[in-house]
Amino acid sequence: MKQLRERKVIQGLLEAIRRRTSPLGRGTVRIMEVCGTHTMTIHRYGLKDLLAQAGVEMISGPGCPVCITPGAVHEAAIGLVTGREGLILATFGDMTRVPTRRGSLQTVIPAPGSMVKIVYSPQESLDLAAHHPDKEVVFFGAGFETTIPSIASALKQAGEAKRKNYSVLTALWLIPPPLKAILESGEVKVTGFLYPGHVSAIIGLEPYAFIPRDYGLPGAVAGFEPGDILLGIVNILGQLEKGRPEVGLEYSRVVAAAGNPLARRLMDEVLEIKDAVWRGLGLIPQSGLKPREHYAAWDAEVKFKLRIESEAGELPGCRCGEVLRGLISPPECRMYGKKCTPESPLGPCMVSFEGTCLVYHKYSQRQETGRTRAGTARKGSAS
Amino acid sequence: MCLGIPAKIVCIDQDKQGEIDYLGTKVRTSFMLLDNPRVGDWVIVHAGFAISRLDEKEAQETLALLREIIEAEG
Repeated sequence: MKQLRERKVIQGLLEAIRRRTSPLGRGTVRIMEVCGTHTMTIHRYGLKDLLAQAGVEMISGPGCPVCITPGAVHEAAIGLVTGREGLILATFGDMTRVPTRRGSLQTVIPAPGSMVKIVYSPQESLDLAAHHPDKEVVFFGAGFETTIPSIASALKQAGEAKRKNYSVLTALWLIPPPLKAILESGEVKVTGFLYPGHVSAIIGLEPYAFIPRDYGLPGAVAGFEPGDILLGIVNILGQLEKGRPEVGLEYSRVVAAAGNPLARRLMDEVLEIKDAVWRGLGLIPQSGLKPREHYAAWDAEVKFKLRIESEAGELPGCRCGEVLRGLISPPECRMYGKKCTPESPLGPCMVSFEGTCLVYHKYSQRQETGRTRAGTARKGSAS
Repeated sequence: MCLGIPAKIVCIDQDKQGEIDYLGTKVRTSFMLLDNPRVGDWVIVHAGFAISRLDEKEAQETLALLREIIEAEG
């Protein structure tokens, strides 16, 4: 699919976009890219400015699970590894760098015999529990529908094996509810949505159907190549042109309209829907998942009687919440690039590979010099 | 973090566990979320699970649409 990166193709698509937006008038098309990896593609390939020139303003959405997990949940994880002896807290790498009022998982000092361990999959954390029967292993798992099946599988296996020294601290988020919350709040003007590729591979198209039906807004599921993003936008503009909003699908090589029923069955078997508090967005009804009663023994929140007051604990000065709602872009924050940098982040949006602030910072040099700084460019391609 | 680069299934056992070749690196992967996965299939992997299989026919159609749009722009 390397055609989706070719200069000639990108230029042709941008021309197609410009031709479709010109009758609409400037400043009228504002598309929210929901997924953090889309944000990365858009900035890495310089599409943000090119699209602005073609008449489309892109707004970054809440699609970074590390970012939208409230500070209090991160603090609960810190509380476990610092407060209990002989505990291994396993989690994905960027979760360990999120700053809280108590520091981050990388800066705190674990209790005697305890440690933080970075894993690449929930399965690895389950293997750790099998190899260390004398230790308590807690997997701190944050994710959207893409990651949730793998966490559900770990819980299911732990249940089947009756693995007593294993549990999961869950921070599991559903993508469609915050989109409704953003539209209901009316804080930000959105003309259409670029829906995430891999979340949609699990949930399919139906969960977005309320957006064209109830709000009359177009949208399309797109892949992760620059050409994919632009094709998705052409799809959205086509819907605007015809006045027939729908849930378009540009990424059909990976996403089936019905999603992945096997993955959804596994999620439903192990997890149930709950109201959840999102960083920046607050309480959103039916927007999260938690282990079902049958798996309570492997739910770290139940097992360790954790009291997580998600509405508390945000860091003063950090405007990550407003970035997640699409209200401001990172350079509008006074801390951005000054007190808050990738080396010394003040909030999660500057930590995660999908965090809007980190993505802006990583590729911001491009606007000034036409190319990224050598070191960061290489890091970007490896992630 | 979503990796949009497909990987190829190199081996698979009866329990739908196996390995993928991801840009030359072999990675342990579960294929339990796929119907009838086979060695040689191209898949999208996330957090140790193959979540979707690449559909070549659909990929060709996307490329055909791409050509159509580009040609219309001359």
